[in-house]
Amino acid sequence: MSVWTMILIALVAIAVAAWVGRFVGRRATGNAPRFRDMPYAVAFGYAFVLALLVWAVWYYLQPAVTEAGAPVAGVTFFRWAVHALIVFAIAAFLFRLLGRHVGTSATRKLFRHMPLTAAFGVLVILVYAILAIFAPLIAPYGQAVVFDQVNALPGGNPATGGNPAHPLGTDQIGRDLLSRLIYGAQNTVGIAFVTTLLAFVLGGSLGFLAAVLRGWFDQLMSRAVDVLMAIPSLIFALLLMTIASAWATQSWMLTVYMVFIIAVIDSTRVFRLSRAVGMNIVVMDYIEAAKLRGEGLGYLIFREILPNAYAPLLAEFGLRFCFVFLTIASLSFLGVGIQPPLADWGTMVRDLAQFINFAAFSPLTAALPIMAAGAIALLTVAVNFVVDWMLHRSSGLKE
Amino acid sequence: MIIAQRLALGVLTLIVVSMVIFGAVSMLPGDFAEAILGQGATPQAVAAIRRDLGLDEPAILRYFSWLGDTLRGDLGVSYAQMNFQSNMGGGDNLRTVASQIAPRFANTMFLAGVTACIAVPFAVGLGILAALFRNSAFDKAANVSTLSSISSPEFFLAYILILFLAVLNPVLPSLSNIYEGMTLSERLEKTLLPALTLTLVVTAHMMRMTRAAIINLLASPYIEMARLKGVSPMRVIVRHALPNALAPIINVVALNLAYLITGVVVVEVVFVYPGIGQLFVDSVKNRDIPVVQACCLIFAAAYILLNLTADILSILSNPRLRHPK
Repeated sequence: MSVWTMILIALVAIAVAAWVGRFVGRRATGNAPRFRDMPYAVAFGYAFVLALLVWAVWYYLQPAVTEAGAPVAGVTFFRWAVHALIVFAIAAFLFRLLGRHVGTSATRKLFRHMPLTAAFGVLVILVYAILAIFAPLIAPYGQAVVFDQVNALPGGNPATGGNPAHPLGTDQIGRDLLSRLIYGAQNTVGIAFVTTLLAFVLGGSLGFLAAVLRGWFDQLMSRAVDVLMAIPSLIFALLLMTIASAWATQSWMLTVYMVFIIAVIDSTRVFRLSRAVGMNIVVMDYIEAAKLRGEGLGYLIFREILPNAYAPLLAEFGLRFCFVFLTIASLSFLGVGIQPPLADWGTMVRDLAQFINFAAFSPLTAALPIMAAGAIALLTVAVNFVVDWMLHRSSGLKE
Repeated sequence: MIIAQRLALGVLTLIVVSMVIFGAVSMLPGDFAEAILGQGATPQAVAAIRRDLGLDEPAILRYFSWLGDTLRGDLGVSYAQMNFQSNMGGGDNLRTVASQIAPRFANTMFLAGVTACIAVPFAVGLGILAALFRNSAFDKAANVSTLSSISSPEFFLAYILILFLAVLNPVLPSLSNIYEGMTLSERLEKTLLPALTLTLVVTAHMMRMTRAAIINLLASPYIEMARLKGVSPMRVIVRHALPNALAPIINVVALNLAYLITGVVVVEVVFVYPGIGQLFVDSVKNRDIPVVQACCLIFAAAYILLNLTADILSILSNPRLRHPK
């Protein structure tokens, strides 16, 4: 329990330092308003952040290897995290700078008011898109190619059980992990994208149709959606996957069934939104005019309603993609999602998870499952940042 | 009156959901009888078991008898158990699904309870602080970090916590092997890591909602009045704004507890926590239909009940909704 005592002592020290710091500040500046009106909570906040910064710098400068030559995993991970944060921040900043000076005047204007988090999101999405589209060109090997050396450790150093041909090592049946990580972008992101698209086509068209037709069709669809939404989506997906696994004769069929199951489950959420948005548009005068002109249902939905419902649907598409992506990753992690031999991040996390226990001996090996899981997290975080910014911009919220 | 209406709607939803679950399961190719007997099924044996289990009756009758059994707490016998008995002989001590689920259900409720005890005060406190120091560096940092934690998959957060709190600094155990006869403190220690993971997952939404609900009220005249009286900013928020913001906060807390029900599945698998979620995933893989059906029903019922509670609480806490014109 010494850890808890240490934390407690540190907190008390910070609390005292905050009070003393504010007191000294008041005396030194002759009661300047900045210090005079500072609540204690704010002083505590400053002291806390200062203590955290000091600790971070001190910890960063600790040796990463003991004198005996063994790695100090905690320091190694901390350094990686700090490096990643700095690199990401610089990359996002440069990307925003680039966007401000290159491109049409409209995109330049877009980038001028973009917060750094949103620029980071756009950059990450672009990188993932390139990885997904050009995976066969970027990856050194195919995703299902089996090599002789199984469980080669990452690092590429033969002395420590690695292999220079496989920088991230090989998995338990000898497939190159770097290639599978890159192909994961194609499979996991691609399948999630197709599923979201399907959910939008299904939910969007039915929602607009319900908004235009009203009456019994609207009632029927809305009540059906109410029932489907009353079951938690992951639970429902697992139930349907059980049934699908009984129907599927080949493993790729299970993946196809999964796409349809998740698309149907998520289309209920899209239906709700597009119906609500459509209801607001249907009462407009130009819809009335189009109806009087004698336009058909298809023209009304796709040429009149859809262009005007574009903004909320686009934001919803980003959020929905995140949910679908996470659901697919969770299903794969649980072993009932995307099936081998397709490389997929969720499955990789599950297969590599045990390596996390070797963190003290080989930090890079322990980082493998974190890398696969982090690849999932990074994309969803990026999409969320962009959607957050889009919603903030379109709502005109300034707070 | 309006509460009775909501309750009736909730019961109706439950019945329809049970129909959906029953209907989904009856879409399976083959039936219980073939599944129990497996590959060694002779037509006579299949017919005999069908007769025993009443599978030759029409679907509607089967639905009602299943619903009746379920309401009496009889969830049937799992395939795995039946298979074991028919192959190994074995006596009459067949474990029913209900007896399999009961202890695990208690474990899951314990995990959800511990999570709620940590997450709710933490999230509401953080939300109040973010509203108090709105648009400051603290607010922005809280916003970005909660947004990141809500959009990461549960297993990512779980493995990060395992890496730092169990492997590098062995403070907490990474496996939650819970068994009967443990003392409460032992149990708490083993439950803490999964509970912390779930806390990270649900905090973001609650914190953002608390902050938004409070900031919404800060423009109202009575808050202005309190400020002009010279009340401190903390007191304005805690005594004047918070009571009026309680309805949306209670609502979002209940909704997030409902979300916990889903999050629990992945987290239990990561930490090998003997809860109902792990049983559910195992039976999905083994295609153990009676167990899948029962777990699904329990999850859906808990989800619907929590959503219903959220509805009713938000009506009760708002006089305008309590006495509609």
